[in-house]
Amino acid sequence: MDLSSPVLAMTLVEKVIARAAGREAVRPGEIVTAKVDFAFAHDSSGPRRWRPYLEQLGVGIWDPSKVALVSDHYVPAVDAESAAILSDARAFAREYGVGAFFDMIGICHLVLPEHGLIRPGDFIAGGDSHTPMAGAFGTYAAGYGATDMAAIVATGETWLSVPQTVRVEWSGAFQVGVVAKDIMLFLCRELGLDNAFAAIEYGGAAVDAMSMPERMVLANMAAELGFETGVVAPDQITFDYLAARGHPVDDEAVAMALESDPACTYRAVHHFDATTLVPQIARPHAPDNVIAADVLSDVVIDQAYIGACVGAKLSDLRMAAEVLQGRKVAPSVRLLIAPASSATTEQAAREGILTTLLEAGAILLPSGCGACAGMGAGLLAAGEVCISSTNRNFRGRMGHKDARVYLGSPYSVAAAAVAGRIVDPRPMLAQPGIAT
Amino acid sequence: MTGTPKYGRAFVFGDNIDTDILAPGSLMKLSPEALATHCLEAIDPSFAGAVRSGDLLVAGTNFGLGSSREQAAVSLKILGIKAVLATSFARIFWRNAINLGLPALVFPQAREIASGDQLALDTASGRIENLTRSRSYEIQPLPDHLLQMIADGGLIAHLQRRFQGTAA
Repeated sequence: MDLSSPVLAMTLVEKVIARAAGREAVRPGEIVTAKVDFAFAHDSSGPRRWRPYLEQLGVGIWDPSKVALVSDHYVPAVDAESAAILSDARAFAREYGVGAFFDMIGICHLVLPEHGLIRPGDFIAGGDSHTPMAGAFGTYAAGYGATDMAAIVATGETWLSVPQTVRVEWSGAFQVGVVAKDIMLFLCRELGLDNAFAAIEYGGAAVDAMSMPERMVLANMAAELGFETGVVAPDQITFDYLAARGHPVDDEAVAMALESDPACTYRAVHHFDATTLVPQIARPHAPDNVIAADVLSDVVIDQAYIGACVGAKLSDLRMAAEVLQGRKVAPSVRLLIAPASSATTEQAAREGILTTLLEAGAILLPSGCGACAGMGAGLLAAGEVCISSTNRNFRGRMGHKDARVYLGSPYSVAAAAVAGRIVDPRPMLAQPGIAT
Repeated sequence: MTGTPKYGRAFVFGDNIDTDILAPGSLMKLSPEALATHCLEAIDPSFAGAVRSGDLLVAGTNFGLGSSREQAAVSLKILGIKAVLATSFARIFWRNAINLGLPALVFPQAREIASGDQLALDTASGRIENLTRSRSYEIQPLPDHLLQMIADGGLIAHLQRRFQGTAA
């Protein structure tokens, strides 16, 4: 195949779709049927919705070895209703022989890569809108509703219109205190939230230098921008992450070849410089209502929340600990931390990060989607103000419709917890607190 | 292809109606019927009580952004909404609606519709008539495979036909 030919040159996303559709090449706008390599869902979107449909159709799961379930929404059960939802998920996993069932050990989007189940080049369907997080590994990973997912686990395939790809290049290197989350909040303002039926691809020196957890932030919040998937081309950092978890890629050269061809066609290419980016905050009630953190110092907060797939990985807890080392959470603020997985909590304990967070006055919550999904501990009352490391701040998402939620990086959330108001975290990072 | 037009009153909303407004996360344990009574409550507390079977929902850009929760589309269906016409849609909501047999059509001139206007919609041909203002529009109809899915009663009923066809 001549990859320099514009006839066959494709973007990464187009290559993954073409293979899954059994085609040599695909073009944006073509309607194709793709064979799904890996499908997953959680306790809220999965079993309780799939079971009646599968019974109606009289079929089981097309290939249980390619399906994973993760309980993360209603965990741990706080009442009889959530207990019943979890009980049903466990029974379903047994009865249908689901290949991988992860019960209460963290949020699906992090637990799956931790277990080496996100493989470069795969076509992935997930029953959750933040499924694009898996695109950090060079996959096509899109979110689907429960009926679509039931059809996918029944048949192993789904239809799609091949999306155009938008490429975003970040040159330069970040200032201390500026991270992938700031990039994504900035992009929400620059590109808006209305980018449906297109894909986003990230590249450039600042992305090449990022760890996998930071690339996961870029891919995760492709969902906020409205893109159906967000991808980073696999490289040595990708391979090292998977190898370290005991699941090395089969063929690195094949994975490297997923990179978009030089002659491919993008819908648009945007260039930004990481060097000049400053900490960003999204104001209520939308992720694109974004402004620099340093102009919001009149915003007094009641709660600071570090949680969710996007914002409570080990790297995020490390950021919070950097700020909180030798400092105390303001007396008027409650700082809640819900690590994204049990493995995150375990490693944070080993590194002494948990001690730092708890000494500063943080309150540790169970791993799960928690308050970010409006389900777990940490919901807000009318009139309360929260700064959160999560990805969405729609009205009513984290509790009462008249609560106000600001979004920021874990640095910004931790710094606000100390100051009692929203601040630029960089001065605190430049002048570390006194170790106690 | 033409079909029987749907006639109904328009309920008009603005841009960026998200899934938390359509189906609040904190109420997701409620039954679908109970959850539907809170649909759009955060911006229009009277909506669920005022809407009747046959009415049409008209909105601006990026309708249904946010979560994959299908309850957003289910709630509209339970309340009797027969189609959603919006300037643009978030992808997952759009697929969810059609999978449930609820037509979701891109309507670039959605802003020309006012709440309470009487509309006639022919989903198959993409023809919209505003009977109140005597204006008509031709919009892009859904692709044939989705019209067929809606005609079959949604994705699962469509699959059931396919499976039975295979078995026969």
